Amino acid sequence: MIKFKMNRYVTHKRLKGFLMHLVLVSVAVTCIFPLVWMFSSSLKTQDTVFSDMSIFVNNPKWGNYCEAWTKGRFGTYFFNSILYTTSVVAGVVFFASLAAFAFARLNFPGKNLLFYMFLITMMIPIPGSFIALYVLLSKLNLINTRLGYILPQINAGLALAIYLLKTFFEEIPKDLEDSAKIDGCGKFGVYWHIAMPLAKPAIAVIVVFNAMAVWNEYLLAMLILSSKSLMPLQRGLMVFQGAHITRYPLLMAGITITVIPIVIVYLLMQRHIITGITAGAVKG
Amino acid sequence: MSRGVIGNNGMRVKDVLQNYVFLLPALILFATFYIYPVYKVFELSLFEYDGISPHKYFVGMGNFADVMCNKIWWTSMWNAAYITILALVFQNALALVLALIVDKDLKGGKFYRVVFYLPPVLSGIVIGLIWNWIYDGNYGLLNHWLSTLGLGNLARSWLADPKTAITCVAIIHMWRGFGWGFIILLAGLQNIPRELYEAARMDGASGLDIFRRVTVPLMIPVFILVAVLTVLGTMQIYDLIVSTTGGGPGYHTEVPITRILAAMIGSSRFGYACALGLVFGVVLLVASMSQLRLSRHLKQT
Amino acid sequence: MRVSLIIFVTFSFLTLGLLGCGGDIERNADVLVWHWMTDREDAFQELADRYNKETGIKVSFELYAPSDAYTQKVRASAQTTTLPDIYGLLAEKRDFAAFVKAGHIADLTGYMKDKNGRWESVFFKKALEVNLFLPDNQWGVEPGIYGVPIDVTNIQMLYNKTLFKKAGLDPEDPPDNWEEFLEAIRALNEAGIPGLVSGWGEIWMIDCFASNYAMNIMGKDKVIATIRGEVPYTDPDWIRLFGLFKEMADEEVLAPGVVTMVNKTAEQTFANGRAAFAFNGSWCVNVYKGMNPNLDYAAILPPRASAKNPMIIWGGAGGSFLVNENSKKKEMAVNFLKWLTAKPQQVFLAEETSNLPSNKHSLVNIPPILRQFADDMDKTTHPDVLPVNEYSQVIEFFNKGIQSIIIGEETPEDIAKKVQEIKERRLAWTKRREKMRREAR
Repeated sequence: MIKFKMNRYVTHKRLKGFLMHLVLVSVAVTCIFPLVWMFSSSLKTQDTVFSDMSIFVNNPKWGNYCEAWTKGRFGTYFFNSILYTTSVVAGVVFFASLAAFAFARLNFPGKNLLFYMFLITMMIPIPGSFIALYVLLSKLNLINTRLGYILPQINAGLALAIYLLKTFFEEIPKDLEDSAKIDGCGKFGVYWHIAMPLAKPAIAVIVVFNAMAVWNEYLLAMLILSSKSLMPLQRGLMVFQGAHITRYPLLMAGITITVIPIVIVYLLMQRHIITGITAGAVKG
Repeated sequence: MSRGVIGNNGMRVKDVLQNYVFLLPALILFATFYIYPVYKVFELSLFEYDGISPHKYFVGMGNFADVMCNKIWWTSMWNAAYITILALVFQNALALVLALIVDKDLKGGKFYRVVFYLPPVLSGIVIGLIWNWIYDGNYGLLNHWLSTLGLGNLARSWLADPKTAITCVAIIHMWRGFGWGFIILLAGLQNIPRELYEAARMDGASGLDIFRRVTVPLMIPVFILVAVLTVLGTMQIYDLIVSTTGGGPGYHTEVPITRILAAMIGSSRFGYACALGLVFGVVLLVASMSQLRLSRHLKQT
Repeated sequence: MRVSLIIFVTFSFLTLGLLGCGGDIERNADVLVWHWMTDREDAFQELADRYNKETGIKVSFELYAPSDAYTQKVRASAQTTTLPDIYGLLAEKRDFAAFVKAGHIADLTGYMKDKNGRWESVFFKKALEVNLFLPDNQWGVEPGIYGVPIDVTNIQMLYNKTLFKKAGLDPEDPPDNWEEFLEAIRALNEAGIPGLVSGWGEIWMIDCFASNYAMNIMGKDKVIATIRGEVPYTDPDWIRLFGLFKEMADEEVLAPGVVTMVNKTAEQTFANGRAAFAFNGSWCVNVYKGMNPNLDYAAILPPRASAKNPMIIWGGAGGSFLVNENSKKKEMAVNFLKWLTAKPQQVFLAEETSNLPSNKHSLVNIPPILRQFADDMDKTTHPDVLPVNEYSQVIEFFNKGIQSIIIGEETPEDIAKKVQEIKERRLAWTKRREKMRREAR
């Protein structure tokens, strides 16, 4: 009897596990397929890319990658994009965590008002403000400079990051903070040694989101930057998409090249999302 | 709320100033790159202005009056709201289910974690090409599958049919977007101390009970964050529309951003476009603020 | 420890990057050109190099795409008067006029007419017309020529000869009028071949098609009178025009899904032999060559729906360059443009990009189908050539209305009525605003 029950329990569990995996696998397939399609298209030629829909390419044109790299001037643009992405991400994480720490753990007049002001920036995105931004940057002499491209993007990332980090910082137990203070930590010490390490998952999420946003950004780049030498990676992809003619294999090769770094960033960061806070650390 | 606040009583001036220093960099950026452009947009919304000529004409609330009686604009708003509602329910449900499954120590969990974030990484161009191929009326995959299943009479040009166009766009949007919610929710779930689950299990609670009594209350702030982000992200849907339907057929898939750009670039009514942008912003603000209110309410109960 | 290291590294990276800032190319260039013509970038680059070798003058081309982003950039730069020496403009005539009046575009009439109009005479007449402001134009712009066309384009009907044979039609005898067209479609449909494909998800493509038939059904003068507000859109001729689209839907002329199809998808469909007809521009020759080099096809004028008036097709300048009125190097810029539109450079551009050159003496070595497009340049017209401009809201509603007719949501009469309503509302609005302006002064 007991054995029977155990068996049923086991089959039930197995069935549940099977169903779970079925869901996961089917969603996973829809996520991977476009990538595979993109990759196989990047190895075809312009006349086979839409007529031959097979995934395994008979006569792969690896040369497409070479051509995409040189035609798209990816060398220069890659350097620029890495520079912009690291600068913006570092800026967002640093400035937002400082502000979020103040909102979560410090007291000062006008706290709520200021916090809501930041939140509102996240909520009222104004498409019409593009030209106003241009006028402002040209008054500040920042048109066609790297700084002029980086600062507005840091600003754009702040609100969400502040909100996310504030929720994490609020969860930090008071005793942890007190014991740090007894050890002689000032406010900045508490922020740096206690709050930041505990907010690792949130920081990882912020890094992933902002890195992707900056990496894929091009409208602002087109507006603010004028010289080729300052343009980010997405500018390279434009070359393959003419007003009338799109060179699909080269475009797909180019996109594949640009997707790789962002996947790597995610691979590096997702570990921290998971192992960020262990139960012990929170209990203190 | 006052939990963990330093120096609650007897704030010294120096102390307060120190606290402001933490805010300073963010505040400076905010003041420069947000307040000025928004002020400009507000100012221009009161003028008739083509965005080119040196002259502009003050029309007061005239542009806003035009916005209010523009039926097409409110249709576009409703279209975006429809996609948003679908996304709030289905996209977030999918994200939550997947996050809950992956949160358990599962074989291959790492693999799924990576894979589910791939759609947001993909370029809009690739997404447009693939889904156009799926939905195509003549040689589309969807029609092909339907006819293999013997449902050939359902086949149609999915994106050109007013009955299905917007829902089809919403499906692409949700597929593309669930990865965002997935990782935020996963980060939140990982933040819940495992001991709480164990304690509940000791008390004999079932899986569903644990979810209701432990997971949900602790996850409310994260849920709300995901909901707010879904609303903000979906209401501003744009490039997907351009690469699939271009707002058609007719006005069936027009969304606010396409309308604002049509006013600004298409018909060069710059002041009017600014007014549209402001109205749009206020709607988004009200929507997200009410969600935040809801979160505070839920936290208290 | 590791975290601080990472932060230290990123910040040093940041400072390093910021120190090395600045757009060096731009500072070294003598003449700076902004454009959005992605597929012409390589050819422009090569020409700039040649010009540098010939004259020692350094011309720098900067490309910004997609076109919406380019438009915003140009307008923003106009606000701060930081436009380059030469630039392209993607705008309706009304906005073109606003740029001229705001002092951003130089009047080139003098240069064009110089030495008995030597420069003016090299261009297709139709190509110059889009850059021309006539005396007493509705925008109050000083009459003159304000831009230099670098290539031309027009839109025609293409048909697949192989599919014609398959359906038992004579590939050398394409339909000449609407009835023959419908007959051909019936034969094609019977053979299971979809009829016409075009990117009618992009409303300007519908507009081109509709404008062709409007000119054919009612003649140019009546179209102009309608835009002026003297003839309503509910006129039988306009209803007849809307009716053509209903007929096309009823007779299953159109391939499935055209009302939301972007033109690039339509091009794939035609190139891969999945539709017998395409309505597409002269650029398609290059597109089809890339996608299916073996495609056997030919170009015809759209079959006439009325014998009363000739078929006037949509066409004119493909891309034009303007000279910045505020540029300190105006002479240098004009000289470069003269060189760019001279025969050798135009032949090179046409060969590299498969666009039609704007210089009419440069039609050498071009493919036969492109030749057909070139031959029909005289039969073209363009909204920017007409003395009046329709409101963009009316144009949008007009074309979206046609989409609704095709999907069977609305009837031609309903759409005609609604378009007229919008037109009247715009007219009233303009009157109100004009009154307000007068009072403001």
